[in-house]
Parts: sequence; structure tokens; C-alpha cells
Amino acid sequence: MAFEGLADRLQNTIQKIKGKGKVTEQDVKEMTREVRLALLEADVNFKVVKDFVKKVKERAVGQEVMDSLTPGQQVIKVVKEELTALMGGDQSKIAVSDRPPTVIMMVGLQGAGKTTTTGKLANLLRKKHNRKPLLVAADIYRPAAINQLETLGKQLSMPVFSMGTEVNPVDIAKKGVEQAKENHDEYVIIDTAGRLHVDTDLMDELAQIKDAVKPDEIFLVVDSMTGQDAVNVAENFNDQLDISGVILTKLDGDTRGGAALSIKAVTDKPIKFAGTGEKLDEIEAFHPERMASRILGMGDVLSLIEKAQENVDEKKAKELEQKMRSASFTFDDFLDQMGQVRNMGPLDDLIGMMPGANKMKGMKNLEIDEKQINHVEAIIQSMTAKERQDPSLMNASRKKRIAKGAGRPVSEVNRLLKQFEEMKKMMKQMTNMQQGKKGKKGKGLNFPFM
Amino acid sequence: MSFLKKLKDKFQSTEQQEEVSDKYKDGLSKTRQSFSSRINDLVARYRTVDEDFFEDLEEVLISADVGVNTVMDLIDELKMEVKRQNIKDTSEMKDVISEKLVDIYYGDDAVTSSSINFQSDDLTIILFVGVNGVGKTTTIGKLAYQLKQSGKHVVMAAGDTFRAGAIEQLEEWGKRVDVEVVKQSAGSDPAAVIYDGIRAAKSRKADVLLCDTAGRLQNKVNLMNELSKVKRVIEREVPGAPHEVLLVLDATTGQNAMSQAKTFSEATDVSGIVLSKLDGTAKGGIVLAIRNELQIPVKFVGLGEKVTDLETFDAQAFVYGLFADMLQDDPEE
Repeated sequence: MAFEGLADRLQNTIQKIKGKGKVTEQDVKEMTREVRLALLEADVNFKVVKDFVKKVKERAVGQEVMDSLTPGQQVIKVVKEELTALMGGDQSKIAVSDRPPTVIMMVGLQGAGKTTTTGKLANLLRKKHNRKPLLVAADIYRPAAINQLETLGKQLSMPVFSMGTEVNPVDIAKKGVEQAKENHDEYVIIDTAGRLHVDTDLMDELAQIKDAVKPDEIFLVVDSMTGQDAVNVAENFNDQLDISGVILTKLDGDTRGGAALSIKAVTDKPIKFAGTGEKLDEIEAFHPERMASRILGMGDVLSLIEKAQENVDEKKAKELEQKMRSASFTFDDFLDQMGQVRNMGPLDDLIGMMPGANKMKGMKNLEIDEKQINHVEAIIQSMTAKERQDPSLMNASRKKRIAKGAGRPVSEVNRLLKQFEEMKKMMKQMTNMQQGKKGKKGKGLNFPFM
Repeated sequence: MSFLKKLKDKFQSTEQQEEVSDKYKDGLSKTRQSFSSRINDLVARYRTVDEDFFEDLEEVLISADVGVNTVMDLIDELKMEVKRQNIKDTSEMKDVISEKLVDIYYGDDAVTSSSINFQSDDLTIILFVGVNGVGKTTTIGKLAYQLKQSGKHVVMAAGDTFRAGAIEQLEEWGKRVDVEVVKQSAGSDPAAVIYDGIRAAKSRKADVLLCDTAGRLQNKVNLMNELSKVKRVIEREVPGAPHEVLLVLDATTGQNAMSQAKTFSEATDVSGIVLSKLDGTAKGGIVLAIRNELQIPVKFVGLGEKVTDLETFDAQAFVYGLFADMLQDDPEE
């Protein structure tokens, strides 16, 4: 099922705003509603969404969005900033005990991927820190769970400590850590059985293991495909064990992974690692920013915004606005603006990055012809400085000269002149309209030809 | 007579049904409590049916993982219903809400069947598919037990040759429920294992062959192709087989379950769903969305860790379990 990303969702609202040049509180309300739906579709818990949307709304109703040149994108930017802030920075460090071994305990629901992640984590520790951890098989419940860890140990050529399925997991954990001490292993990773967060007996067993081995890290392993229930799971495990971090698994799937946000919001514990494949080296540090984009389903839009931020000169944009206001917009300004947009990259790419661009009326079949834009540029560049400032100077012989200089037919020069006049008229109308109304200045038209 | 009353009567008519619904009620107690108590709470909080009421209702449904699209459709329908019946009081809403929900659960009659397509005098082959960690092997173990109890000769094929310890896990189940497991070594071609399984099942004149496969994420094209190949091998060896392709879904999964159901269906023509781990606090609303959007019926529900904790899905019992509190709270009936 194809989910609409936030950017797609915002399209309709943005379309409406486009013609208005001014963003009303109602518009912001509509946009935040779309934000809400996008997050819910991404499996972010509805309570978390509620708080989050409130925060976004506060910022959006303020000057930041309503005053901006591109309110829709500004909303996305605010959402992403808030999302990234909520998710925290890169925190993929593993605690190190002053007195080795450092003990790591893996906990979570059934099928989250604890055992596989145990193997991956061990592999990571060896690769990064050149240490061979001892793996402790404390899942005595699921058939062949010990066997699974032993197989992983063999694949990694790492030692696995097990005592079969007849021994209490608390004792297995204790003995495992003792053995690590004797062998001077620096890390011990304890793989525990999957259990429901509401299973009192089994949760109590985890608490006992924790008491017995005093782990330096307790990682809650969570399936990134988890839905609304992620909040209950994380809350319960955290309340009963005070987990130190979260590992998100199966992120190589096509889930949006809103569970990440829910878990972070309710536990305030860092998400440290992400499982991204079935192989034992497919684990990586968790990137909050990428996750934010993923939840919103909109990586590309962000790079578009970044590009715009990098390439559009604020001062020039202001000057331009002034000119539009006084209707003194010239071909020079036009050329300048085209240049700014082209700095951002090939137009095809830019259009592709624009959310919903391919759904827009007319856009679908419109192939962006870079050549055509080159022609426009050539025509303007064939004008004299005076002509560029004052198109009313144009007469037949000037047009002929320009056409010759640009290597284009006169009809094309005529067309451009006509379009330019119309554009100017439109700008004047719009700025007049905006000035007529009280309130904030409208800046709806930054790139008139886009 | 109100709709809920009808449902209630239906379930209290025979003892046997009572027993079934009790089991559902136990297994789903957490689901039911949180879900219907929230709806009750909602009705109590709002006097009149207005936008705020619908917004809150929307949240109740979304928190049950019903899925945004389904919820939006449902809310629209409810709004229309409210207009049509001129409902102003929220207390009247309970009935309307549950009726609509049940409508979606039942869907078209054609797909409500949760029975397994057993071959009366020939080998029945059931293929299990799903993403990693949903409980395929566990479900197979439970089902093998159930079938064996009913006097069927069962063989299991250890088609998960990829995950460490997967073959041993199925073997352990084989020992527990005393069912033969056909296997090859880890890393071998799963289609070959299934082929062996079919041969073995045929020569032993078994009634049912349960085929395990490795968990795979649905966006891994190669792995999905491998699964299609397994299915083709079965089709070739036994015309008309596999008689069921069961997709195992973890009840805690969110919206991605829809993508799973869709993609696995494309690759293997899924005939039914096993909803596992429904004994947690996950709400099971996913069933609504799946039935509504994909028309794939749920055939079994996993309600616990014991070997006996696999239930044939009974839509009516499921709905009854979900709304039991609401039924009891109805004072005038």
C-alpha cells in the first residue's frame, strides 16, 4: 500500500494557499491536520501525535510560517525540526564498565529480533573495539533459541555460554557473567527470552536478572513495524527495568517506523542502533534525522529545501520583492532569478523533488525542456542593458537584432516580451491586492515562472 | 431490538458458543477492555454528537491500529448515519458505531469463511509465509498439534533454511507434538526441502503437510521470488496445491501489515491470515483494515504461548469479545 508522505498530503493545502499570497490561521489548521494524518499513517502513537501537532501549531501560527515565502515547505521544515529535536542526536555509544566485564542485557517482545541483534551487536563490538564478547543464552523457553545463538556464535567464532533449558535464566545470567570475569572477557551480552510486557511473571524474571548481574546497558529491542502498541510495550519495559536504550530492528523493510518516535517520546531513552538487514554486519548507529524524514516519507523535499536555503540569496529576494511592489521588475531581475533557481540543479530534478509535482495539472505531460529555458536566457542576454531595463523601447528592428543574436525566431522574442508584460501586470495586481489588505506582507510569488 | 442485543442473544443461545466466546473473551480481555471502555468513556464524556466527538472517536479507532484510511471512511459513514437518523445524543451512538464496525468485520459473505480447505481423501498442503519474527514456526507447531488431536496424519517441512536455529526449532516442535519433520541442512534450497516434504508426505500417505518458510521482509524482491518458486514447486508436484497459503501477521504490527498482506498476496496468492500474538495489549484493529481493504479472511488467531493457544478465527466471537463490555453496560436491555 502506498502511503502518502507528508509532502504529498500538504499538496492540496499548498495549492490553495498559492493563489492567496497570505496564509490564514485556517490554512495553518488544515496543514497541521495533514501533519497529524501523515504521522498517524506512519504508526506514530496518537497521543504522541497530539502533543507533537500542538507544538508544531504553536510555531506555525507564529510569524515563522505565516510570514514565509513558501508556507507549505515551511511547515514541513518546522515539522522536521521538531521531529529531529524530539528524536535526539546520535547516541550510538555503549556504556563501558570501570570494572569489566561490561554487561549488556537484551530484552523485548517475541519476534522482535533479540537473538539476531545480540549477534550483530557482538560483531559490532569486535569490529569497532576489537573485543570478543561472551554471549549468554538465557532464553530457555522458545524451542531452539539456545541453538540459534550457538549457531550465530559459530558463524562469528565467538564463545556462547549456555546451560541448557533446565536451569533458571537468572542463574544462567549470573554464571555467564562469572565466567566472563574468569576469562577476562570485556563484554557480556545476555540474550533473554521474548515476553509480553504484561506477563507479570516473566517481567519479574527480567527484574531478577537485572538485580543479579547489574547490567551496564539494558537494550529494549523493538520491531520497527510495531503499531500503536509500541507505546505500551516501551512504557512497561522501561517502568519495570529502567532500560538504557532502544535498538530498532527490521528497518530495511518498507515501514515508516513511527514507533521510533512513540518510544522516544514515552521513555525519553535514546534509540542507539538500527538493524538494517539479515546479515550479521547489518547494524548501524541510529540517525534521528534520517528517521524523521522516513517517518514523514519525504527525504527529497528536505534536500530541496536545503538547496533553496543554500542558493537563494535572502537579500536579493527582498530586493526583488521591492521591485515587484513598485512594478520596476526588469529583464535583469528575471535573468537573475532564473539563475538562482538553476543554481539549485537541473530543473527536472527540482520538479521531481517537489511533492506532488507529477500530480499537478499539466505537469504530468510537461517535459521540462532545459533548452527552452536556455533560449529564454539567450534572448534576454541578447538585449542591451537599456532594453532589459525598459522593454517599452522595443521596436521591430531591435527585435530582429535580438532574435538574430539569440539564434531564435522573432516570434519567440515577441512571445517572451508578451509573457513578461503579463507577468509584470500580474505582479502589480497581486502586490496591490496585498497592500490593500491590512496585515502581513504577502510573499507568495518568489519564482514567478515556477 | 438493538443490534448489540441481537449479537448477544446469538452468543448466548447455545452452550457451545458460550464456550468459544469465553475463550475469546479471555484471550482478548486486554484488547476488549481498553477498546470498548474507551468508547464507553467517549460516549459518557460527550453529551452531543459533534465534531469533537468524532475527532475523539477517530483517535479511539486509530489507537486500535485500524488504519487511517479505514477510520476516515468509517467516520464519514457514521457522520452520514447520524444525519440520516438525526442522532443528537451520544448514547445512541454506541449501537451505530458497533454496527458499522461489525459490518466491516464481516465484509462480503464470500470472504468470511475461516475454514481450512481440507482435501477429504488426499494430501492437503498448507504453506506458511510472513515477515521475520511473526511466529510462523510457532503457529505451525500449534496447528500440527491441533490437527494431530483431530486424528490427522501430519508431516512438517522445515523450509526455513536461512535463519540460525530455525530447523532445530521446528524439530523441537516435532518432538513436542510427535510429528515427523522433513529437513535438509541449513542453507539448502527451500524449494528442494518442500519438494522432499511432498514426497515424504505422499509416501507416508499423510493427510496434511505443513510447510515452514523463512521470514522475509516483503520489499526484498529476490526473497519474494524465492517464495514464488516454492509455491510453483508445490503446484507442480500436487495439482491444486497449496490448498492454503497462510500469511502470519503479528498483531502488534501497525500499518505495515497492509503492505505485507498485499505483497505476499502478489507473490503467493495468500488465502488466509493467521493473526498471532493477540494476547498482548495490541488491539487487533488490524483485522478490520485487512478485511476491509484486502478481503483476505482471517483463519486463525494466536492467543498465547501454549500449544493449545491457537483458535480458529470466528468473526462473530471476535466481535463479541471486543464489545462484551458495551453489551453489559446497556442498561435498558
